[in-house]
Amino acid sequence: MRVVEIPSSLDYRNVDAVFAEATAGGAEPVLFDARRLRWIDPNGMLSLLCAGQVASANGAAARLSLPAGGDVVGYLDRMGFPDAAAQVFHASPRRAGRTPSRASDVLLEITSVATNSDVHEVVDRVQSRAGAILSRTLHYPAAAVVQFSVILSEVCQNIVEHAEGPGWVAAQRYNWTRRLGRQVLVIGVSDVGRGFRESLAEEHAERFGDRWGDVTALEAAFLMGLTRFPDTGRGQGIQQIRKQVARWQGLVSIRSGTARIADSPAWHPSPPVVDGLPGFPGAQINIVLPERIDD
Amino acid sequence: MTERPERSCRGDGSAKPVAIDVAAIVTSAVASRGHNLVTRPTGQAVREAIEQRLAQTTPSPARTAPFPAQTAPSPHVMLIDFTRVRILDFSCADEVVAKLLLRFQGPDRPGNIFFLFRAVDEMHRHAVEEVLERHGLAAVCDVGDGFQLLGPATPEEHRAWNTLERCERIGPHDLAGALGEFGEPLLRRLARRRLAYWSGNGGAAALSALARTLQTNQGGRQ
Repeated sequence: MRVVEIPSSLDYRNVDAVFAEATAGGAEPVLFDARRLRWIDPNGMLSLLCAGQVASANGAAARLSLPAGGDVVGYLDRMGFPDAAAQVFHASPRRAGRTPSRASDVLLEITSVATNSDVHEVVDRVQSRAGAILSRTLHYPAAAVVQFSVILSEVCQNIVEHAEGPGWVAAQRYNWTRRLGRQVLVIGVSDVGRGFRESLAEEHAERFGDRWGDVTALEAAFLMGLTRFPDTGRGQGIQQIRKQVARWQGLVSIRSGTARIADSPAWHPSPPVVDGLPGFPGAQINIVLPERIDD
Repeated sequence: MTERPERSCRGDGSAKPVAIDVAAIVTSAVASRGHNLVTRPTGQAVREAIEQRLAQTTPSPARTAPFPAQTAPSPHVMLIDFTRVRILDFSCADEVVAKLLLRFQGPDRPGNIFFLFRAVDEMHRHAVEEVLERHGLAAVCDVGDGFQLLGPATPEEHRAWNTLERCERIGPHDLAGALGEFGEPLLRRLARRRLAYWSGNGGAAALSALARTLQTNQGGRQ
């Protein structure tokens, strides 16, 4: 059995290494050893699920070991990770006593998205909690809950319309005391569908010629608003997400294939495009919304 | 159908136009608990429900013509009411606003129907403006303090539209006085964009005024 060591801290900054290791083998059984895990964000959790699903798709039996105790176990439980993991990993991870998440910082537990009904369910469900977190914690105006719901709707629709496979969404508030000195809201969306390059290829690859690849596909969708649909009304979702996240001085990045593209705010300087990453078959969207600070 | 037709006539010439309650359609079409208009299929279903409703609404030419000399097919004005819709995402705005307008723009349109939109306040306004911009369309929208012209339009078009909205109607002999020598082509252009009504006798009517006229006529025969 091949063992993939999960680091003690797993978030959007180091999921690539884990995913590369997880998907490197063939049909050999894989154990995702997360017993040292102490901290994880929505992107980390969704990446674990994606890695497990890809490993399983290769014919391997994927298993997951979680820590025996500690804060992270309770947190994983509040986020609904055991339920989601039970659908992916061979042996369902141990569950702690389920803690109601209403009073916690969880905005949206890990939720499977495969149909438009799921998108409705997500939008309906987050209304009350999103209002509280956005206005009281991030100090956004009252109307922000509507704009946030639109963002959530559009990122989830990306799974339904383009991935042609199931995915997950999750959102959680954090206090990034050391990293930023502010509260943030992290939204993760992941799927192991066909990715941006394949989704757009039929409609757009020919005119890009030799330049067609993961970077070009991401640029086409992220910067130019191209989609696989010839309809001019399509492709607004990602464009509008970028605009709204920029208004809130947030971060938005999309990872697909071997590339990542991002709109990075001043507090998170990073290259707009990164290529040569370990291959990821679907897409990961990461959005970080920081607490508003008056100038 | 669960649309809420508003057919009350105040008797003072300020009757409300016939309205379609979009939230009611959302509830019946997709059973959303929160009147949230999200996802492309939902928007498409709502648009199709609206089009079905419009197909059933056939105004009597003789009773609803706002100008006596008019011989063209009688116009009808429909108010698409978003008042009770909470979330309106871009996919749905594209379907329920832009694609609905596009369907009734061209010469092959299924009916001589003009559209007004209501409750396009700040919560919805952004989504509506974005989809209008994307298609190069403009629309007449009640943004909370009266009707406005949203979407791409030239300054001259805006000026002409505002004047017509203020005057409600401009007869053929008043065109030059109200809008100058380019008044007629400007109003004709607005009419081609379905943002104003150009009558057979060379006059023009604001859509909001036209809606009130039609409603008064319909109320009068009830």
